Amino acid sequence: MSSNPTTAGQAPEEPNHARRFTTIWIVATIIALPLVIFLLGPNLPPGHASEQASGHVTDNTVLFAMATPVFLLVVIYLIYATLAFRQEPGGVLEGTAVRGDVKLQTTWIVITSLLVLSLAAYGTVRLETDSGAGSGNGPNPLVVPSGPKLPVQVIAQQWAFTYRYPTYGGVETTHLYLPANEMVELHVTSIDVIHSFWAYQLGVKADANPDVDNVVFVKPTKIGAFDVRCAELCGIWHGYMYDKGHVVSPSEFSTWIAQQQKNFAPATKVLPKYATTYLPEPTRRAE
Amino acid sequence: MSTTSGAASIPGPSARPVWRKLIGFNLLSAVILGAVGYYLGMRLGHTIDNGKSFEYEAATDENDIGLLLAYVFGVIGFLIGLGFANYPISRLLGRPASLREKETGGWGRYFGLCTDHKVVGMQYLVGIGLFFFVGGLNAMLIRVELLHPVPTFVGPNQYLSIVGMHGTMMMGMMTSGILGPFANYFVPIMIGARRMAFPRIEALTFWLLMAAGFILCSTIFFGGFPTGWTGYEPLNDEAVRGMDSYIMFFALVGISMALLGLNMIATIVTMRAPGLTWSRLPIFVWSVFATAVLMVLAAPMLVATLSMAALDRTINTSFFIAGGGGSSYLFENLFWFFGHPEVYILALPGFGIVLELLPVFTRKPLWGYRLAVSGMLGVSLLSFFVWQHHLFVSGINADLRPFYMLSTEIISIPTGFIFLCFMGTMWKGRASFRTPMLFCMAWAFNFLIGGLSGVFLSDAPSDTDTHGSFFVMAHFHYTIMGGLIFTFFAGIYYWVPKMTGFKFNEKLSKAHFWLMFVAFNSTFLPLFALGMKGMPRRVSTYAPELQTLNDWVSVSAFVLGFSMLIFLFNAVYSLIFVRIPEEKNPWRSKSIEWQVPTPVPVNNFEQIPVFDSDPYDYGVPAGIVGGGQPAAAGA
Repeated sequence: MSSNPTTAGQAPEEPNHARRFTTIWIVATIIALPLVIFLLGPNLPPGHASEQASGHVTDNTVLFAMATPVFLLVVIYLIYATLAFRQEPGGVLEGTAVRGDVKLQTTWIVITSLLVLSLAAYGTVRLETDSGAGSGNGPNPLVVPSGPKLPVQVIAQQWAFTYRYPTYGGVETTHLYLPANEMVELHVTSIDVIHSFWAYQLGVKADANPDVDNVVFVKPTKIGAFDVRCAELCGIWHGYMYDKGHVVSPSEFSTWIAQQQKNFAPATKVLPKYATTYLPEPTRRAE
Repeated sequence: MSTTSGAASIPGPSARPVWRKLIGFNLLSAVILGAVGYYLGMRLGHTIDNGKSFEYEAATDENDIGLLLAYVFGVIGFLIGLGFANYPISRLLGRPASLREKETGGWGRYFGLCTDHKVVGMQYLVGIGLFFFVGGLNAMLIRVELLHPVPTFVGPNQYLSIVGMHGTMMMGMMTSGILGPFANYFVPIMIGARRMAFPRIEALTFWLLMAAGFILCSTIFFGGFPTGWTGYEPLNDEAVRGMDSYIMFFALVGISMALLGLNMIATIVTMRAPGLTWSRLPIFVWSVFATAVLMVLAAPMLVATLSMAALDRTINTSFFIAGGGGSSYLFENLFWFFGHPEVYILALPGFGIVLELLPVFTRKPLWGYRLAVSGMLGVSLLSFFVWQHHLFVSGINADLRPFYMLSTEIISIPTGFIFLCFMGTMWKGRASFRTPMLFCMAWAFNFLIGGLSGVFLSDAPSDTDTHGSFFVMAHFHYTIMGGLIFTFFAGIYYWVPKMTGFKFNEKLSKAHFWLMFVAFNSTFLPLFALGMKGMPRRVSTYAPELQTLNDWVSVSAFVLGFSMLIFLFNAVYSLIFVRIPEEKNPWRSKSIEWQVPTPVPVNNFEQIPVFDSDPYDYGVPAGIVGGGQPAAAGA
C-alpha cells in the first residue's frame, strides 16, 4: 500500500507493483494448474462411458487449464488493485496520467491471439479426428470412421424417442440398447418439432430436425445404463422426455435385438419403409 | 394526470378551450384509441377468416389473424392517441406544425409524447424498470418451481410460459436497458448537442417498447407460449394464440431497436459540437455507436423472421414447415443471425459505462482509448460472423463448425482489449470505491466468468456436453445480468443523481450492491455445475439427486430478488421522500454532463460548447515526482 506523499520532491516508497503482482500471479498459477489438471480434470463430466465422452473429459480439462491463468490474472489483479491503488476516504489525490503503453498492448494482443488460435486449432483437430466428437454431423459427415458400424435411427417426436435398427429388419423399439466397443452410427431425426438427442454419459448430443438426417458417431466402451434427455425445448412435456439407454455386451445385444424383432414383427410390417427421414404431417394444431 | 398540466404546457399562441384539455393527446386517449383499434382489428380478423362466427372463433381460441390484426390496430390507435399522427397530418394539410412536443411544463411531460431527450430518458428508465421487475418476478416463479424435482407449483404449460415470458421480456426490454435511459439522456449532452437528430422517432421508440411490453404480458390471456425466447419453429407454428403475443412483442421491439440505433448513429455522426473529433468522443458514446450499428443491422432481420413466422401461423405459408417444403433450419439461422448480435447489443453499452466511469473513480485518464474503441468496433463487426455456434449440434453446415469455432474464439480478442483497458486504467490509480465503482468492479469479475465459460461453449467438442444445458443458462446470465444489469445499476447510481437532482442513500446503495453481488454469484455459479451434471434448460422436472444444488440456487435467487427490493426502496425513499439535493458534481467528473446545471435546461447549453480534449483529463503526468498530488496543485 502506498504511503500518502505529503512532501513533493521526495519520491515515496512505492514498491515495484509490476514485479510484485507478476510474482503473485505466477505463483498462484503454478499452484492452481496441477490442482486443475490432476484433481479437477479426471472428475469432469461426462465420464468415460464412450470414446467420445473420454475425449470430452480431456477437452474440458484442457479448457480449464487454459482458463485458469486468465482467471487468476484478472481476479488477482482486481484484489491487488483494490488493496494497492486506493484513495483514502474523502481523498482528492490524482493518479498517474498514463494513457497507454504500446509495448504492453502489443504483447497482450499477441498473447491473446496465440491463445485463441491455438484453442481453435485444438478444437478443430479434436472435432475432425474424433469423427465429430459426439456432436451432430449433419446428413453428410466430413469424417467417417473406418470399419464396421452399427446404424441406429433415433426418431424424436413429442414427447418420446423411438429407435430403429435398419440392419435388423427395420425394427422400431422404445428402448435403446447398444453393443459395447462397437462404433455406432446414430441417425437422429424428428417427425414433428425440433428436439435434441442427448445421451449424457456417452457425450452425444444431436438436434433432431424434421426432414433432416443428423448423423453422430459414438463408440460406447463401458457396459451400463446411460441417461437420454431431450435438450431442445419441444413443447409442454419437454421436461419429461427422458429415458434410459443401455450399453450391453455384443452377445447380450444379439439376444435382445432378436427378441425385439420377434416381439415387434407385427408392428414392423405396417411401419413405413426405413428411410433417413420421414416427412411429418404438416404441423398445424388440431382444427 | 397528464391532461391538465401537459396540455397547458404546450407552447403556442392558441390557448385551448377547457373541454379540449380532457380529450387532448395524452396517455388516456392513447389507451382508449388503443382499445378501439384492438377491437376493430379483432373484428376485421374474424371477417377475413371467413365462414366462422366471431363467437366460434373466440371460443375455439384459433384465430391468429384476429389477434395479430388486433395488436397491430391497437398499437396504431395507441400511437395516434399519443399524438404521433399530429405532425404528419398537419404537414399534409399545410398547417403550421409544432416542431416540439411538450418540452416545457410539469409532470405531464412524462406521461405522453415528448420530444425532449431528457424526458424520454427518464421515461425509458421508469418504463424499462417496470418491465425489468415483471421479468424478475417471472424468474422468482421459475425458482419456486425448481425447489422440487417434480412440478408442485405450476403445471408444465404455465411453467414454460413463465420461462418464455422471463426470457423474452429480459432479452427484448433490456436491449434498450442502457441505450434507452442513459444514451438518450446523455449522448446529446456529451456530444454538445441540444437534442437528438430525430426527437419524434426517439419518443416513438419508447412508446413502441411500452406497447410491446403490455402485449407480451397479455400472452397470459391467450394461453402463453411454449417456445422460450428463441421461438423455434415448428413448435412456434403449433402453439396457441399466446405465441402471437410473442411475435408481436419481438417485432415491435425490433422496430424500436432499429429506429433507436438509427437515431443514435445519425446523432453521433452529424451533431457533435465543434472540436469533438472522433478521437475525443467519450468512450460511452463510442460504445453506443457500436451498439447502434448492431441494432440497425440485426433488428430488421428479427422483424423479417417474425413476419414470416406470422404468415406461417395465419395464412398457412410454410417458410419453416418441413412438410410444406420449408425448413426449421431457416428459422434457426435467421433468428440467430439477429440473436447473436443481440447479445452483444446487451453487452457493449456495459463496456462503455465501465470504461467511462473508471477514469472518474480512479482519477486517471482512460488507459488505451484507441484499444478500447477498436475492441468495441471489433466485437461489433465480428458478432455477425459467429451465429452458427448456437447450432453446433444441429447438423446444419456441420463442416463449417471449425470456422464458427474460430470466429467465436477470435471475438474474445477484442473483448480482451476491454479487460486490458480496465486493468490499465486501475493501475496506479487512486480508486475510491463508491457504489458505481463497485458495480464496475463486479462487472469485471462477472464478465470474466461469463467470457471464460463462453470458451467452453465455443469449442464444438466441449459444446456437445454443455449445449442446451444449465451451463449455457449460467453463461449468458453471467454475461447479460453480470455484464449488462450490473453496469445498468452502475449507470443508475452514477447518473440518476444528475437526472433527478437528488442523492441516493449511500448505505442502502452499498447494501444493495453487496447483497446483489454475493447473491448473483451464489445463484449462477452452481448452475454451471448443474449443467455439467446433465440438467437441461427449460425443464420443470429434474433428477432427484440435483435437488440440493437447485434448492441452494433457488434460495440465492430469492435473496437476489430481495436485493432488487432494497434498490427499489432506496430509489423511492431517497428520490421521492428524503430528496437531499445532490452536489453539482459529486464524483468530480470532468465529463461535460456534470458541468451543465441541474436540472439540465431544455436546450442543454446556452451556447454550444467547443471541445479541445477528451473528458479524461485526470491525473498528474508521469515522471513528475510525487505523482499523487491533487491536480489542483498545478502539477
